[in-house]
Amino acid sequence: MTAGLERIVLEHPFFADLGTAFAEAISGCARNLRVAAGEYVVREGEPSDEFYLVRHGAVALELHAPGRQLIIVATLREGEVLDGSWLVPPYRWAFDARALELTRLLGVNAKCLRDKCEADHDLGYELMKRFVGAIGERLHAARLQALDIYGNSPA
Amino acid sequence: MTFAYSTPPTVRTGDCLLPQPFPITRTRREAPGVVTIELAPPAAFAFAAGQFNMLYAFGLGEVAISLSGDPGNVTRIVHTVRAVGPVSAALTRLRSGMTIGVRGPYGSAWPVTESEGGDIVIVAGGLGLAPLRPAIYAVLARRERYGRVVVLYGARSPADMLHRRELEMWRRRLDVDVTVTVDHAAADWRGNVGVVPALIPRIPVDPEHAVALVCGPEIMMRFTIDALRQRGLRTDRIYLSMERNMKCAVGLCGHCQFGPAFVCRDGPVFRFDRVAPSFNIREI
Repeated sequence: MTAGLERIVLEHPFFADLGTAFAEAISGCARNLRVAAGEYVVREGEPSDEFYLVRHGAVALELHAPGRQLIIVATLREGEVLDGSWLVPPYRWAFDARALELTRLLGVNAKCLRDKCEADHDLGYELMKRFVGAIGERLHAARLQALDIYGNSPA
Repeated sequence: MTFAYSTPPTVRTGDCLLPQPFPITRTRREAPGVVTIELAPPAAFAFAAGQFNMLYAFGLGEVAISLSGDPGNVTRIVHTVRAVGPVSAALTRLRSGMTIGVRGPYGSAWPVTESEGGDIVIVAGGLGLAPLRPAIYAVLARRERYGRVVVLYGARSPADMLHRRELEMWRRRLDVDVTVTVDHAAADWRGNVGVVPALIPRIPVDPEHAVALVCGPEIMMRFTIDALRQRGLRTDRIYLSMERNMKCAVGLCGHCQFGPAFVCRDGPVFRFDRVAPSFNIREI
């Protein structure tokens, strides 16, 4: 079972070239899950006890604001990861995540992996670099979205 | 009807500053503040994908607007106009049966024929889809001459998407890979939310033999070009359409100067490596 998960970990683009030792450590905390279209993966404010990598399908990250309709701020697809809120306190999700179609995810128990990262800082640093890269890309995209570049572009 | 996909017409010189009256045959609202205008030229009107016309709203002035229709159809001219100033706003208020002044076509063209034999990536942001639409028509008219054809389109929201019917038609084709992304959307949107550059790493092309055509706001083009380069495309295989304040359209007045180039005469379509030195100079 773990060998199968280890292969899945190694095949996921987010963990590309990770190496078998780290993949084994991660797969020991991981599970496969399927989420039906419309089903929520996480809810804003809930503890991020588990983080998720998209294997197949699509997940919408949503924000609710009182008096306004729900807004999708990003769509994650195959090869992407749902945020890094599991890495640092208070370990809570900052958005809702909803499957847009039948979606297969790799779920990783956050407490399990945090403990492994504390015990093995090489693993922790490797994961931190990957998550900081992903978070940086998402921050950059959010800045471009906030600029409303298409709203002001000339004819 | 004749096809003019390969050779950009020579810019007329004798009457190049004299607008001709063209009747409007149809208008269509694309999105808030954006209208597509169809004109019936009095004679066959040949143009190449990427070129523009100067449109004259009588009594107000002229603006440069890209041709957004099918270059294979010389009996119908199509422009997609966004209301951003008094002239373009007046153009978006015109109706079928009215007349505007037209001179053109002007400027350089997308390398549609030159890109045959390889993959082609068309990246549009916002109103940037309008100047690229003729290139898409031209590529699809000779689809068998290309490898993979990828179209990426970014818009502000689903309501701001242009040319929806064509996008849906192209998306249904099995030989075109179309991805639309928006900056934000309501819960009923089933498509992608995010920025165009984020789509580039996953495009299914051979970067060694792919050509990219890019048009949109400059900041979007800047980060798209970065992403294309990271994907492995060389700078001499990336083309972009620049936007500047064009007045004469024939390289005389200097209003559209972009470093050593005039956008109206040397552009609007440039090969990226030829403008790269100017592209990141903020003062230009």
